[in-house]
Amino acid sequence: MRAFAELLERLLFAPGRNTKISLLRAYFATQPDPARGYALAAIAGALDFPGAKSATLRELTGKRVDSELFDLSYDFVGDLAETIALIWPAHGDDPPALPEVIDALRNAKRPEIPALIEGWLDRSGPSTRLALVKLLTGGLRVGASLRLAKLALAEMGLVEVNEIEEIWHGLEPPYAGLFAWAEGKGERPTPGAAPVFRPVMLAHPIEPPDIDRIDWSAFRAEQKFDGIRVQIVATREEKRLYSRAAEDISAAFPDILEAVNFHAVLDGELLVIRDGGIAPFSDLQQRLNRKTTTPAMLRDLPAGIVLYDMLFDEAEDIRPLPFDERRTRLEAWFAREKPANMRLSPLIDFKTIHDLAELREAAREAASEGLMLKRGDAPYIAGRPKGLWWKWKRAPLSLDAVLMYAQRGHGKRSSFYSDYTFGVWNEEGELVPVAKAYSGYTDEELNFIDRWIRNHTINRFGPVREVEKELVFELGFDAAQLSTRHKSGVALRFPRILRLRTDKPAAEADRLESVKRLII
Amino acid sequence: MPPHPETWLKPTPSGLYCVPGDFYIDPMRPVPRAIITHGHSDHARPGHTQVLATPETLAIMRVRMGEERAGASQQALPYGETLKVGDVSVTLVPAGHVLGSAQVVMDYHGSRAVVSGDYKRQPDPTCLPFEPMRCDVFVTEATFGLPVFRHPPPEGEIGKLLRSHALFPERTHVVGSYSLGKSQRLIAMLRQAGYEAPIYLHGAHANLCALYETLGVRLGDLRPATSAQKAQMKGAMVLAPPSAVGERWGRRLEDPVVAQASGWMRIRQRAKASGIELPLIISDHADWDDLLATIKQTQAPEIWVTHGSEEALIRACALMQIRARALSLVGYGEDIEE
Repeated sequence: MRAFAELLERLLFAPGRNTKISLLRAYFATQPDPARGYALAAIAGALDFPGAKSATLRELTGKRVDSELFDLSYDFVGDLAETIALIWPAHGDDPPALPEVIDALRNAKRPEIPALIEGWLDRSGPSTRLALVKLLTGGLRVGASLRLAKLALAEMGLVEVNEIEEIWHGLEPPYAGLFAWAEGKGERPTPGAAPVFRPVMLAHPIEPPDIDRIDWSAFRAEQKFDGIRVQIVATREEKRLYSRAAEDISAAFPDILEAVNFHAVLDGELLVIRDGGIAPFSDLQQRLNRKTTTPAMLRDLPAGIVLYDMLFDEAEDIRPLPFDERRTRLEAWFAREKPANMRLSPLIDFKTIHDLAELREAAREAASEGLMLKRGDAPYIAGRPKGLWWKWKRAPLSLDAVLMYAQRGHGKRSSFYSDYTFGVWNEEGELVPVAKAYSGYTDEELNFIDRWIRNHTINRFGPVREVEKELVFELGFDAAQLSTRHKSGVALRFPRILRLRTDKPAAEADRLESVKRLII
Repeated sequence: MPPHPETWLKPTPSGLYCVPGDFYIDPMRPVPRAIITHGHSDHARPGHTQVLATPETLAIMRVRMGEERAGASQQALPYGETLKVGDVSVTLVPAGHVLGSAQVVMDYHGSRAVVSGDYKRQPDPTCLPFEPMRCDVFVTEATFGLPVFRHPPPEGEIGKLLRSHALFPERTHVVGSYSLGKSQRLIAMLRQAGYEAPIYLHGAHANLCALYETLGVRLGDLRPATSAQKAQMKGAMVLAPPSAVGERWGRRLEDPVVAQASGWMRIRQRAKASGIELPLIISDHADWDDLLATIKQTQAPEIWVTHGSEEALIRACALMQIRARALSLVGYGEDIEE
């Protein structure tokens, strides 16, 4: 438990992805089974302890700590789990091992659980207690995704992360077989008939020189839909909906799952489709990251899928077949099954790339992000293979916005003010924030901006500096959408800095009305 | 009946004033006579006429503020020796906070008050350990006067730093630390743990480290970070004031792991908000358990609390059936990057 606690603490504070992967790898390489497997399960959110909730912990603490002292402490700390872990009046130096905790909780009857927890808290020091409390209440929030843990596992041995993804959903904690395989001490575990995720094929962005360099006659064109990429995996017994990152999102989309009564693995785009039309991304967003759903949501934000590829036809793996053949199989299958809430992604006719250039420009009206170009003879290859699939996004929208706040970055940027909040003018003549951006500048520009911020700070709020409203930036973004989170009522998708506009006075920056006109 | 200390030891806007001795302890503004508990800037302020302190504290004050401002007349009182000041016998006793830090023990007509100054009970290789004194009134600090503050053993935190250094050998580990006391303690603990490589210092730390060495605290191979090449400090250990790490000074560091050694690092949001990657809970102040243990050891029937989280400590005294009150002295604990 001690090593697990230290891992959690370091992950929480680690600024970058590579640092987190190193930490995870070192932990997996040095900890024994089954402790490391349970740690992986905790990060994956695969553990649930129904008898141990924060109310139980609060009650236990109430028996041991004066309530006035508890309240003063909670006010100061601000986080309940952390307050309990820190205030618990014992100095144990013999914390339980992670597997001991898991086994005991699995075998305990519900009334026995508080006493178990009390004993563990007594045996632990504050850091271990915090890990324990977070583990029990499921609020791990370690700042490291399951994906990073899988990357760390892949780095540990010589296995590909995609191979891990492909078997992951067929595995159970504490994953002893997975670790043995990653370390070269065992065979790759086989997922059997479980409805596992298959790593997806991704596209490269088209850069201007590619347009004339490539023979586009070998390619097929489709729209690039503005939803999220998903994979439907259905066997005769089970069915799942996975995100591109291999997350099981079935529970949030019962309307999709209901229509899955077949045996196949399909690749497609999840969208909100209302009255036959594709709704803006902001509608879909309201249905994402939920554990359950409501009838109103299913009625007002009905989900649908635009299908564009087939990976398995029944139990047959058709990924080695060329795109054209897979497409034929997909069309035949679609005609046969006619699944509800699904449609095929139409192939777009074109003669030359210049026909497509026009379509790409028109993409915004068609509620799509641009175009996809796929080689007709390409097999389905996991990852981002060169030259087979291309994405050709429409040109970004842009606006001129004023720098309002700045915050220091992390790692190599930890001494630079590199994270910015930008605003535009509203009708009352105030600046209102519309976007945060962290990228798009050169090192030289970063130096200049950093110096400017330090010399033009008018206020500090903890790590955040408010600056004089003078410096104008041209921001690029993919779309504007309504937002209830921001005071401006607008949020930009994928904002990035296009250039510094030191030539432009702040008063001439864009107005909120003109940004609102861009909302689809 | 000996006179109760509240009749002869009074909180005033300038600080705690001892009437029969006619002196202030750690006064906030210039006074004719001051006793200084230790060299931190919120306790040792410049411009007093006569200053009484341990020889180490006086030496620290001279380095930090110059001979002139450290007191027109300076009198050294070594630990354990007693000096009559007016009608009061004054003894300085180790407080374990930083080198030279002292509790002020005052005896007056059979009544004894002890002012702790800042103190800790954890081991510190750079200074003598705190000695609990029996007294009638114990005047204590309460910087970490909440039951959530319980500092782990410092060796464990040093271990964390060394493990990180082993895990990221290419990255410069920069530890934000207060220039007096904390830095020297960190260096000495790193040396105790067997780390003998050069340690690079921000300019603010260099003078005090040199002074510690002349006062007999061995710190090993120390080098200025300011004139070192970036490549030289790749994978090295660097100590700097916390504020310097985020400033331009920090750019000389190669992909730094930013650590900070402070009792506040116990609270995760606090550490996270200041951009720390590796929080080290190493404090020169007593934690909650040590505050309560010390209060019991002094056997004082009455506790006065100078600064920090008075409310919780007073509540805890009430639960132990000890009288306690807040002195509400303003000015301590400010601008200290503990």
